[in-house]
Amino acid sequence: MLWACLYFSDLPLRAVFEEGELALPCAVVDGPRQRPHVVLANAPAQRNGVSTGRVLAASRALCATLQARTRDRPGEQRLLLSLAAWAYRFSSHVSLCAPDALFIEVGASLRLFGGWPALERRLRRELVAIGYAPAIAVAPLPAAARVLAAQHDGFFADQREPLLTALGCMPIAGSGLGSEAISLLYNVGARTLRDAFALPRPELARRIGPASLAALDRLRGIDQEILPLYEPPDRFEHRVELDDRVDAWPPLLFPLRRLCGELALFLAARDGGVQRCDLVLDHEDKPATRVTIELLTPQREARTLYELARSRLERIALAAPVCGIALIATDLPEFRPRHHDLFEPQRAQGQEWPELAERLRAHLGDDAVRRLAAAADHRPERAWCSTAVNPATPETSSRTGSTTLTPPVARFGFASPSPPRQRERGQSVAEADASPLPSAREAAPQTRVRVAQEGAAPAAIQSHPSRPLWLLHRAMPLRGAAPHILAGPERIESGWWDGGDTRRDYYVVQTREGQRAWAFLVPGSNDGWMLHGWFA
Amino acid sequence: MNLRAAAGQEPKCLGGQGWPREAVPAALDAVLQHPGIWRRSAPAQQHVRTLSTGLTELDALLPGGGWPCGALSEILFGHDGIGELALLMPALAELTHRRQRVVFVAPPYIPYAPALDAHGLDLRYVVQIESTAAEGAWGSEQCLRSGSCGAVLSWLHQADYTQLRRLQLAAESGDALAFLFRPAHSASKASPAALRLQLHADAGQVDIEILKCRGNLDWQRPTRLRWRA
Repeated sequence: MLWACLYFSDLPLRAVFEEGELALPCAVVDGPRQRPHVVLANAPAQRNGVSTGRVLAASRALCATLQARTRDRPGEQRLLLSLAAWAYRFSSHVSLCAPDALFIEVGASLRLFGGWPALERRLRRELVAIGYAPAIAVAPLPAAARVLAAQHDGFFADQREPLLTALGCMPIAGSGLGSEAISLLYNVGARTLRDAFALPRPELARRIGPASLAALDRLRGIDQEILPLYEPPDRFEHRVELDDRVDAWPPLLFPLRRLCGELALFLAARDGGVQRCDLVLDHEDKPATRVTIELLTPQREARTLYELARSRLERIALAAPVCGIALIATDLPEFRPRHHDLFEPQRAQGQEWPELAERLRAHLGDDAVRRLAAAADHRPERAWCSTAVNPATPETSSRTGSTTLTPPVARFGFASPSPPRQRERGQSVAEADASPLPSAREAAPQTRVRVAQEGAAPAAIQSHPSRPLWLLHRAMPLRGAAPHILAGPERIESGWWDGGDTRRDYYVVQTREGQRAWAFLVPGSNDGWMLHGWFA
Repeated sequence: MNLRAAAGQEPKCLGGQGWPREAVPAALDAVLQHPGIWRRSAPAQQHVRTLSTGLTELDALLPGGGWPCGALSEILFGHDGIGELALLMPALAELTHRRQRVVFVAPPYIPYAPALDAHGLDLRYVVQIESTAAEGAWGSEQCLRSGSCGAVLSWLHQADYTQLRRLQLAAESGDALAFLFRPAHSASKASPAALRLQLHADAGQVDIEILKCRGNLDWQRPTRLRWRA
């Protein structure tokens, strides 16, 4: 095990100041309200004489433009957690060393990253990109790495002997012991850790206490140290506060893009995807607006997530000015990348449909994309149904559909006075009742085209199909003179059991303009034509 | 291309040999076969990828023998119910049989599933998109451009030239069949569609007239076809 310690000395400053503000003299103060003292000052302030431990009033006297803010320990902890989440990409053994250091176990991954120099360069480069410049030290013992990081940035030792040698040269003051133990050891005459290690153990335990002796043992490696490891959370929740109230959705796109980027990094670290997340827009006085984003398949690309979230955000109307935007994802299933077959005969038609459906749903509404199906009911308005393509009813891929060439089997039957037509070409329809659906159904689809070319039966198919291609949403009265009847009547009488009792005589009629319509009459009457469909 | 040289007056081109006067017509013919020269009377047909319409007579009239693939076809009709949708059914059935999707974008009425079944469409590959007219244009373009749909049917009553051009380009890039249904009075407006058909209904008889098509159409043949008597 080889532990790399990243020591962030300026973490208290980063927790309360923005990056831009750190160009000016800044200091973090702590202590009682009457007498705050400086905990940490940045380089411009230190040049003016402000140093750790000095009282704030004196510091202000030395540096008039000093910006001082109280220490924010929870903020520092949050920053350290976010840094641990970043470090999780390099190793699965990450441990927090409060308040300002991080341990990463790198021994197992050195070969993957191409050796420690390459890994160190990469770590530093990425940290500089997010604005940190820690001191890094690598040692087989984490406590020793922590002590060495404070004094020797860039220290590397993968064996114990060089480590102990280097540790021996460290001054007592930087050893991480309590101040009393340090002053006692100093008074005894120990200046470096080598002197402290040389002291006899029972007497040392009596003087500095067992806790400090255990710390010294951990430094040397006599005592084993088991670090609590960081575990990435199972839930993603990030919130961005907006500086001023936002009335429209375009200014929300910048924080949304950032949130989607962070979610994508989080998912990449987990090697998972997200299928359902919530976008929460906070208002000052009103309860927050929640926009649910439900996807058909788990996604984890930042750009895809941003596009889909943006399409949904565009469609909502903001009730009040927004002061904060948060992205919450709790349902994190596994991500399975789609399987592409090298010898797929289709030109990638099946693969792009989910993305297209996702995009259409995002832009037009979750229920905009629908699939049609026939239902088993005699009443025409209930003989069809459409289901929205949504995550509950996942799309079946074209490859799992049946590859048989027989025509789809009729799932409904209806009463018709006309006798069943002649069946062509011996195609058998597996139906108990003799379904007199016209011969259009009896020929398989791929042979229909050839039949039309031979000119044998298309006239029979096209003249009187039994169901219209267009169904009106509601039956409307047919205006004008009584139409010319082409076929019928067809009595449809059904639905006495659920209150939708209908008794109608349906006819295929032709209007004066030459339109072919499907209209019905109430049985027993000759007038009051109601139009229900068009034979388009 | 120096025609005078080819005609034999200056023996500088064609290998630098002198051409006898008897060979002038043959040489001129050879010159006119150059692909850079377009001849109106040339009988050669361009190769157009098409999908058969299902009607032999219509296939015989259209260049390529069917609906042009990767292009926009307009169907103009005066009233609903004269057969404008049934005209497409054989081709759409063929597409669903080939496991390609057929998309109805913002249809004016409900596409009746039992009737679609009766015409041979596989309902697993039929998708309906519900939206307003403006969003329908966007939806059609997205479906066409994605390349994952075989045919997209849209009903845009107020579509201007730019919108039609966008649909045409989207159909080309996605190599899909785009069908647009418009009212008959749009016949007088210009349109970038590759094929324009108009259906005339007259007391029970329906005629199909080809208003515009790509490629070489033999103008001696009629452009109007009696479909239903």
